[in-house]
Amino acid sequence: MLRFALRRVLVALSVAVTVSVASFLLLHLSGDLATAIAGPDATGAQIEAIRTQYGLDRPLLAQFAAWAWKALHLDFGQSFYFREQVTDLIAARLPVTLILGVVALAVALFVAIPLGVLAAVRRDTWIDRAALFVSVLGQAMPTFWFGLALIIVFSVNLRWLPVSGNATWKHFVLPAVALGYYAMPAVMRLTRNGMLEVLSSDFVRTARAKGLPPRKILVRHALRNAVIPVIALAAVQFGFMLGGSIVVEAVFSLQGLGQLAWESIARNDFPVVQAIVLVLAMIYIALTLAADLLNALLDPRLRQ
Amino acid sequence: MLRRTRPAPRLARTAPRGRGAAALLLAGTAFLAGTAFLAGAAGPALAGKANDTLVYASDSEPENVSPYHNSAREGVILARNAWDTLLYRDPATGTYQPMLATAWTWADPVTLDLTIREGVVFHNGDPLTPEDVAFTFNYVLTPEARTVTKQNVDWMKSTEVLGPHTVRIHLKAPFPAALEYLAGPTPIFPAAYFKKVGLDGFAKAPVGTGPYRIVSVESGRGVKLERFEKYWSGSPIGRPKIGKLEFRVIPDADSRMAELVTGGIDWIWRVPSDQADQLRAAPGITVLSAETMRVGFLQFDVGGRAMEKSPLRDVRVRRAISYAIDRKAMVDNLVRGGARVMNVLCFSGQFGCVEEGAPRYAYDPAKAKALLKEAGYPDGFEIDLAAYRERDYAEAVIGYLRAVGIRARLNYLRYAAFRDALRGGKVSIGFQTWGSFSVNDVSAFTGVYFRGGDEDLTRDPAVIAALQAGDTASDPGERKAKYAEALSRIAGEAYALPMFSYPSNYAFTQDLNFTAQPDEVPRFYAASWK
Repeated sequence: MLRFALRRVLVALSVAVTVSVASFLLLHLSGDLATAIAGPDATGAQIEAIRTQYGLDRPLLAQFAAWAWKALHLDFGQSFYFREQVTDLIAARLPVTLILGVVALAVALFVAIPLGVLAAVRRDTWIDRAALFVSVLGQAMPTFWFGLALIIVFSVNLRWLPVSGNATWKHFVLPAVALGYYAMPAVMRLTRNGMLEVLSSDFVRTARAKGLPPRKILVRHALRNAVIPVIALAAVQFGFMLGGSIVVEAVFSLQGLGQLAWESIARNDFPVVQAIVLVLAMIYIALTLAADLLNALLDPRLRQ
Repeated sequence: MLRRTRPAPRLARTAPRGRGAAALLLAGTAFLAGTAFLAGAAGPALAGKANDTLVYASDSEPENVSPYHNSAREGVILARNAWDTLLYRDPATGTYQPMLATAWTWADPVTLDLTIREGVVFHNGDPLTPEDVAFTFNYVLTPEARTVTKQNVDWMKSTEVLGPHTVRIHLKAPFPAALEYLAGPTPIFPAAYFKKVGLDGFAKAPVGTGPYRIVSVESGRGVKLERFEKYWSGSPIGRPKIGKLEFRVIPDADSRMAELVTGGIDWIWRVPSDQADQLRAAPGITVLSAETMRVGFLQFDVGGRAMEKSPLRDVRVRRAISYAIDRKAMVDNLVRGGARVMNVLCFSGQFGCVEEGAPRYAYDPAKAKALLKEAGYPDGFEIDLAAYRERDYAEAVIGYLRAVGIRARLNYLRYAAFRDALRGGKVSIGFQTWGSFSVNDVSAFTGVYFRGGDEDLTRDPAVIAALQAGDTASDPGERKAKYAEALSRIAGEAYALPMFSYPSNYAFTQDLNFTAQPDEVPRFYAASWK
């Protein structure tokens, strides 16, 4: 297990280094930075002054080393647009996106896993078809449309929940449901497939032959095995949701990282874009690593 | 893809039926309903008459709350509510009245002396002095200040304190529109406080002398303001009637509408015509459509920088385009709400926006085709059209062009990218709009697009000379004559096609008394609850 974990950590670290190089190069491939920082009214002398001030006149490798060293200390420089420290901007916005992502994932799993189990157990019945219908619907509906539909029903008509903003926990309910529904179908179908496979396997047959109660077989034997790929998928889905929350954040006016990324791209605010790419990538890598390790713990065969 | 696997019949038979199945299937719905139930009613809304808080929302936020460091309309609104200017222009009569300056005299065409009012205090308690005025203007002129709205101040050379109550502004050249600028986009900062906290500190905790003081600025969320209780008496804008203002950023138009309908916010603007129609039918909502100073126009790559052998270098082609577009029909069917067709390149209410002598291009597709044929394009040509807002307007223009054989491709861009492309000479036809920073003088329009600056695609020395003369002449009659000369040359050469003024649809709670002005500056300090 230790060797497996070590190997996985090394792979994760190399991916992280690659991503950081890529996100640094991304900044430098997008045109003359000094001109971008100086703005449209700057003179040639001002642009040169900025070039020196920001160290843009040094060799690329030296610049990367300086940037990476700072990034390691969580210093991503200053936003061109807000003229604020990027770290402060991200620190202010990240919690919103993380809360949204975690709650959405919880919603997705809470609905998808029981639904997937049920669909497998009641295979080819109306329940199975209804579950599949719900999942297809989730995949077919654009998130923004579903978000607006939720607003119309729960905010405009029923007046139960607020429309936008992130002042209280109530503000997260509708966005989390909208985002969760986006992640739900894949989890549900994977659970269903996994359950079908496990339920027809030899050890379940043995368990049945031993006369174990069906509920015990279902939960302790079948679900535990079927859920292994779901853990990996959930980690991946969570990563997707962090990046893909842009639409939901816009519809519900949640000022999270997705919204910041979108605005920063539109404003050519490179240090912010670069830092967000890096932060999201790191979270994604960490999640994948955690999922791998957890899977290996649950299923010893995966350690080979 | 679902994989077919062998069924597990025995287990299926023994699995919970009926009750369990229904419970599990309904789990999602139950969760939803449960959280919604626990949430109960969404609590007391913060907006509205009951809380004496006017919550207004827009789709974007200014990059910096400091009025000299953003060019966003949302920033203009904050500036007008939290900062005073030296002069005040009465929106009803157009006359200039004393504000932070009690009197002003022209010592000569490039020297303006102003007497600064006594007894005015900033939101932090500091008294207003001539030093504050001199500091503000001298600071925003320095390159280190990185002023974003440079065109609003760069007519000034420097400002000096003349005496305990007097300042003198030295101009670079005669500039009769100076008073208009001093009554609009040139608010006054507190010198001592600004020097202490710097721009970064000022952006987080700004201080002015305006009717509202800014209580908090939260990037990405909005700005909270409350009535400044020590606001100087006798101000022409008066004491605000509403106690608190809150600006919220809600990027999505549908969400803004839903917030308004549910009472989460009180006021929205720039409501698209179709949404405005829906809101008119909603109970408790007032919809107001008013003309603004914003004018839409097509800018042509006359110099041929964007396209080798550009057809737009030929005046006949530019005229053909001008004849090909039915601007009246666009105003009647698409733009609506108090918009008008503009015939010269400015807003018709601005000083110096003279139509006389300028040719008009009435809709005439046959003439457009004939002109294209004459110019050597009997089958039309292909070209790019860049736009950054009101995609439907741009698409209508493309439709009209197609009808005379010009096949235009739409490049729909974010404003920053659009402006970069335009300035970089990469735009053949640009669908521009300009609101003149609400400055009621034609220099604020033509100066940007035809005086040889970055966004001048024409660089016609005759137009530049006429505009320079108009911008600097001190005699109003002479100014008008020079602008008429420039505007009629622009129209005659079809350097650009003025389209129409933009309306703005405002929607707000019926509890609110609100009046809109063409300068697109919502005056919340003048609003009140019914």
